[in-house]
Amino acid sequence: MAEAANFKAIGTRPIRPDGIDKVTGRANFGADLNLPDMLHGKVLRSPHAHARIKRIDLTKAQAMEGVYAVISSADFPQEVTSSLSKNILARDKALYHGHALAAVAARTPRIAEEALERIEVEYEVLPPVLSLDDAMRERAILVCEDLRTNDDESSPPSNVAATQRFERGDVTKGFAKADVIVQEEFRVPSAHQGYIEPHACVATSNPGGRVTIWCTTQGPFEVRSATAGVLNKTVSDIKVIPSEIGGGFGGKTVVYLEPVAVRLSELTGKPVKMVMNREEVFRATGPASATLCKIKVGAKKDGRITAATAWLAYEAGAFPGSPVGPGCMSVFAPYDIDNFLVEGYDVLVNKPKVAAYRAPGAPQSMHAMECAIDELAQELEIDPIDLRLKNAAKEGTIAPYGPKFPPIGLVECLEAAKRHPNYVNKPSEEVGRGVAVGFWFNIGMQSSAEVNIAEDGAVSIMEGSPDIGGSRASMCLMAAETLGVPYETINAHVGDTESTGFCNLTGGSRTTFATGLAVVKACEDVIAQCKARAAMTWELDVEQVDWRDGQAVPRPGVNIDVEPLSLADIAKTMSRTGGPLLGRASLNAQGAGACFSVNWTDVTIDRETGKVDVKAFTAIQDAGRAIHPSYVEGQMQGGAVQGLGWALNEEYIYDDNGVVENASFLDYRVPVASDMPMIDCEIVEVPNPSHPYGVRGVGETPIVAPLAATSNAVRDLLGFRINDLPLSPPNVLAAIDSTD
Amino acid sequence: MSKIYVSTTVNGRPEDVLCEAHQTLLDLLRDEIGLTGTKEGCGTGDCGACTVLLDDRLVCSCLVLAPEADGKEITTVEGIADSQDGLHVVQQKLLEHAALQCGVCTPGFVVAAKALLDRDPNPDEKTIRYWLAGNLCRCTGYDKIIRAVQDAAQELTPTK
Amino acid sequence: MARVVFPDHLHRFTDGTHELEVDCSSFRQLVQILEERWPGIESVITSTTVAIDGQLFQDAWFEKIEPDSEVFFLQRIEGG
Ligand code: FES
Ligand code: FES
Repeated sequence: MAEAANFKAIGTRPIRPDGIDKVTGRANFGADLNLPDMLHGKVLRSPHAHARIKRIDLTKAQAMEGVYAVISSADFPQEVTSSLSKNILARDKALYHGHALAAVAARTPRIAEEALERIEVEYEVLPPVLSLDDAMRERAILVCEDLRTNDDESSPPSNVAATQRFERGDVTKGFAKADVIVQEEFRVPSAHQGYIEPHACVATSNPGGRVTIWCTTQGPFEVRSATAGVLNKTVSDIKVIPSEIGGGFGGKTVVYLEPVAVRLSELTGKPVKMVMNREEVFRATGPASATLCKIKVGAKKDGRITAATAWLAYEAGAFPGSPVGPGCMSVFAPYDIDNFLVEGYDVLVNKPKVAAYRAPGAPQSMHAMECAIDELAQELEIDPIDLRLKNAAKEGTIAPYGPKFPPIGLVECLEAAKRHPNYVNKPSEEVGRGVAVGFWFNIGMQSSAEVNIAEDGAVSIMEGSPDIGGSRASMCLMAAETLGVPYETINAHVGDTESTGFCNLTGGSRTTFATGLAVVKACEDVIAQCKARAAMTWELDVEQVDWRDGQAVPRPGVNIDVEPLSLADIAKTMSRTGGPLLGRASLNAQGAGACFSVNWTDVTIDRETGKVDVKAFTAIQDAGRAIHPSYVEGQMQGGAVQGLGWALNEEYIYDDNGVVENASFLDYRVPVASDMPMIDCEIVEVPNPSHPYGVRGVGETPIVAPLAATSNAVRDLLGFRINDLPLSPPNVLAAIDSTD
Repeated sequence: MSKIYVSTTVNGRPEDVLCEAHQTLLDLLRDEIGLTGTKEGCGTGDCGACTVLLDDRLVCSCLVLAPEADGKEITTVEGIADSQDGLHVVQQKLLEHAALQCGVCTPGFVVAAKALLDRDPNPDEKTIRYWLAGNLCRCTGYDKIIRAVQDAAQELTPTK
Repeated sequence: MARVVFPDHLHRFTDGTHELEVDCSSFRQLVQILEERWPGIESVITSTTVAIDGQLFQDAWFEKIEPDSEVFFLQRIEGG
């Protein structure tokens, strides 16, 4: 691996290649495409959280002037019975308020909306299941009558879709050895990813059955396979063209509109555009799980943890599949613990199906653990960072979820925190400080990249990972470093499913790591070709040619007097040396390398209103290697503020009938500029040995620690703990009043 | 439905459009004139992605009815950069500070921040944060946006 | 012999077996051996995340397994 000091491009902060289009309004996002003769699609949604659908009558809507097609789930292939299909259009039951029931394609959005009102639905309204407690109690109302825990046919139907359990050592003996034991329960509410751009797509189908979809997504190839699955088509019938994407955070890994738009286009023979409004985004797209986490941790006087247990229940929404698995695997991940037991429950409720949200599963369970660690630190009177250092996982530690950690940067982050001036300066009396640690596994998966060299030597990268936060710049930097050419001569493009090789979605913090790896390898392919062509030109063997600083040069010791050949020189004559220069790579990247962070926040509380103000926030995180440090900081800052929003304000408020009462940005309050301080960042670099430049994914981890850091800061200031989030003014005020 | 005739100036160019009574200024810009740089994040005045200038007043175009634009001058994100001088300093600084990630909020921030600096070339951090409090950004945590605007102000008033 | 560990959610396929020593040289071979022993387990273990000597794999197949390797089947990890 190259040394940091030797890098020319990596670690610099140039302007992203797609930047000018994005600051001048030229960039095209999901809702920006219009096609000639295009229709507009709208969705009818259930006004009940739980209801049997006895009859849907589409005839009146179909008869309206300007209406071209009206569909319900009966117009989807019935042999496909996946949860995804039933989520996109409800079959026999509406399972949450906002569940899609039918859809209209009409000449204008206005006509489509009017047509929705003429669709007649007869419901048998059922009582909804709205909390983990209700869902898990005996003889609970069932969201799905034939669901059995872990598919075990011998057990009775249940709302618990799956359980899991793993343990090590002997927790009874471990707790017996403890001098102090902390035992608490914590609730975290559902939070929405809150991307500013709503879901949007345009679909068009030709009479031969070929389909083209333009849409905003984290994964065009996943849209292709999901749409094919729901509509029982083959993937090769479908082409997906990703637009620019206005935020996703996991929420745009799922399809909601695309199969509906395709079906409407098939029936009408015209392009159909569908755009959600904000209310639909809140009611019908996946938030993160609401959770109940019960934690018990025991430690010796010196701070060494002797045993820990976690009981974790995660709301999945109306269909199985909460991220309780990763929640269980991450809860103790930062620590080296000999005796532990983790149990997890994936629980159905009458709410929208949850979707991935940044480090899916980890913020909730780690909030509980990091609060418990803070309680231990208080009781033992040990500095919270020292206590974590005493138990921190490092290279060689057996992770609680099984494997042995390769090189990781938790200890380095904790040590950097201890040295950091923001930590060394102790807060004043009126300010509370809370510390917490964050973690995410990171993933690799499949990526492809092509690198084309133009006749003037300019480099064009084609890859398939939607650029959600500046990844084109990172790709160009890695290409610049590998090829040895200036950043400015490189551009990066995100292709569609037919112009680029397969790429898994942008998510799990995999893009800079895995697609970056493909770009590096594709550049190496170009270099190999350049060396061969230089060798041809100089009548040398290819082994006698080196690539240095963007030029082919004879290897030291080769006795020949020639001028070096730059990439541009070779490109100029490529027609004579074998034709276009085109490098390619495709791979299934392994070894993404876990990412740890340490955050702390300083808060004040207005005891009259219960309002918590964040005065300062510091994030320290191991990036492995920061390719473009500004965008790494951007991930840390953006994740921190999302975590702070979750800690302080964000939650879904349901009435007794399961209707979301705050489905707008006015009532679901995400942080605004005046709520937040600057977010100070320090990037730690413990290189990932599985990447040529040492990259680790950095996008997920930042949201994890702010939840507990905020709780711990409030605990520090109040002198007692409020276990449940959010720490919103009414909740904090109620807690203060109850202790007075 | 009878259409309403609206005569406006958008980014210095006259635009005569027929629109329906229920359409918003945002619909007018995006669907009738084809200027899709102005974004819709909520349609209810809560996100600021649709921010434009209406006769030098900063508005959420999703809350303005299209007929209200009659006889008015509108500036959208497409009208901020100068075809001669290139990017406005706010746009340039947003890029230099990597103050956009997905970029969907950016048009709103560009228009709002420029309006702030036109009014107050030397705002402090608090002023900037409050001025931009109507513009949601879910990606950046605001830090780099605020710094970009501070830097743009510096550049506009180099003596301070 | 490599040490192979099954978490709880796989126990219904492994008749409750938590841990097993297996003589194999690649992940593909391991899958074949397990499928022979517990028919039906293949589709489950090939769609989860697996850790081989600390390294996480989403789609392991030809990966080498050494005599002293440790193989853990995990929940599938995705991302946001
Ligand atoms: S779209 Fe106008 S404020 Fe959100
Ligand atoms: S950059 Fe994505 S919302 Fe602001």
